Amino acid sequence: MKQAPTPVPPAAGAVPTAAALALGDDALVLSHRLAEWAGNAPVLEEEVALTNIALDLLGQARFLLSLAGDEDELAYLREERAFRNVQLVEQPNGDFAHTIARQLFFSTYQELLFGQLAAGDGPFAPLAGKAVKEVAYHRDHAEHWTLRLGDGTEESHRRTQTALDALWRYTGELFEPVEGLEVDVTALRDGWLTLITKTVRQATLELPTGPQAGAWTAGAGRQGLHTEPFGRMLAEMQHLHRSHPGASW
Amino acid sequence: MTSTDWPLWEVFVRSRRGLSHTHAGSLHAPDAEMALRNARDLYTRRSEGVSIWVVPSASITASSPDEKDPFFEPAADKPYRHPTFYDIPEGVRHL
Repeated sequence: MKQAPTPVPPAAGAVPTAAALALGDDALVLSHRLAEWAGNAPVLEEEVALTNIALDLLGQARFLLSLAGDEDELAYLREERAFRNVQLVEQPNGDFAHTIARQLFFSTYQELLFGQLAAGDGPFAPLAGKAVKEVAYHRDHAEHWTLRLGDGTEESHRRTQTALDALWRYTGELFEPVEGLEVDVTALRDGWLTLITKTVRQATLELPTGPQAGAWTAGAGRQGLHTEPFGRMLAEMQHLHRSHPGASW
Repeated sequence: MTSTDWPLWEVFVRSRRGLSHTHAGSLHAPDAEMALRNARDLYTRRSEGVSIWVVPSASITASSPDEKDPFFEPAADKPYRHPTFYDIPEGVRHL
C-alpha cells in the first residue's frame, strides 16, 4: 500500500470519521475475503472475476480509511473490536454459493448506498460517484451467478438456498443508521428488498423468512462486535505487518 | 465442475471507436452472457476496450495449415494488386 490513494479530491469540511471507518472496513474486509479465492476458485475465469472485485473494494477501502487516518495503521494495527464493518462481510467464503449470496446481499446494498451518497454533496459524494459504477458490476456479477446457481442443477439450487438462508440474519445490520452518514435508510432498505426479491424469485429460490438480525446477539459489527471467524481472518491479514513492522517491498 | 465442462469462446475486443474488433484470446464460460463478463474481466481490465464480442469457438471455421500454399502463396507475386503499383498520371485530381 505505498501508492497514493485514488485520485478523488479531498472532501470539503469535516469528514465523519465513524462513517468513513464503517464503510472503509466493509470494503477492506470483504476485499480480503474475496482475495482468499485466489488460487482456490472453481475456474480460472471466475478467480479473475472475484479478485477483480476484491481489488475494486480495496481501492474504496484505501480512500475511505485515509479519510479516517493512516490507512496502513488502521488496516494492520487495529484489534478486532476496533473494526466497524458489518458482520455480513466477514462471514467465511464457504462454498461458491455462500460467496455469491454474500456478494448479492452486499453489492446490492452498496450500489443503492453509493447511489444515494453520489446524489448528495456530502464528503463521500466524490468516492460514491466513482465507485457506484464498479459496484453496479459487482451486483450484476452476483445476480447472474444467483440466477444460474438457483436455476441450475438440483445441487446448485439446494446449496444456494442454504447460503441465502444462512446469511439472511446478517442483512438487517446493513440498514442500521451510521453516525455521520446521511442516507435515507428506509428507502435503502425498501430498494434493497425489492431488488433481492426479484432476483431470488427469478432464480426459482425462496426469499428467506427468518429474522434479518439475531435478537440473541449483544450487538453487531458497527459496534465492534464480530463473529468468531473474523478473528482468524484478521490474524492472517495482519500477521505479516505485525511480524515485520514498517517493512516495505 | 471444472472448466473443461464449459465451452470455449473466442473474444474480440474493439480498442477504440472507429477501429475494428480484434481477436484478444479465448476463455471458458457456461453461456454467452457469462462469457461476455469473463471477457470483460480478462481482457479489458486495463482499459483495453470499448466493445467486446464473444463467439463460440466451435462456430469458427478456420483455414487449415495444409491449405496454406494454395490459399496464400499465389498472392505473393502479384504486386499489381496493390495500389502503390500504379503511378498516378499528372493532372489527375480527386484521386
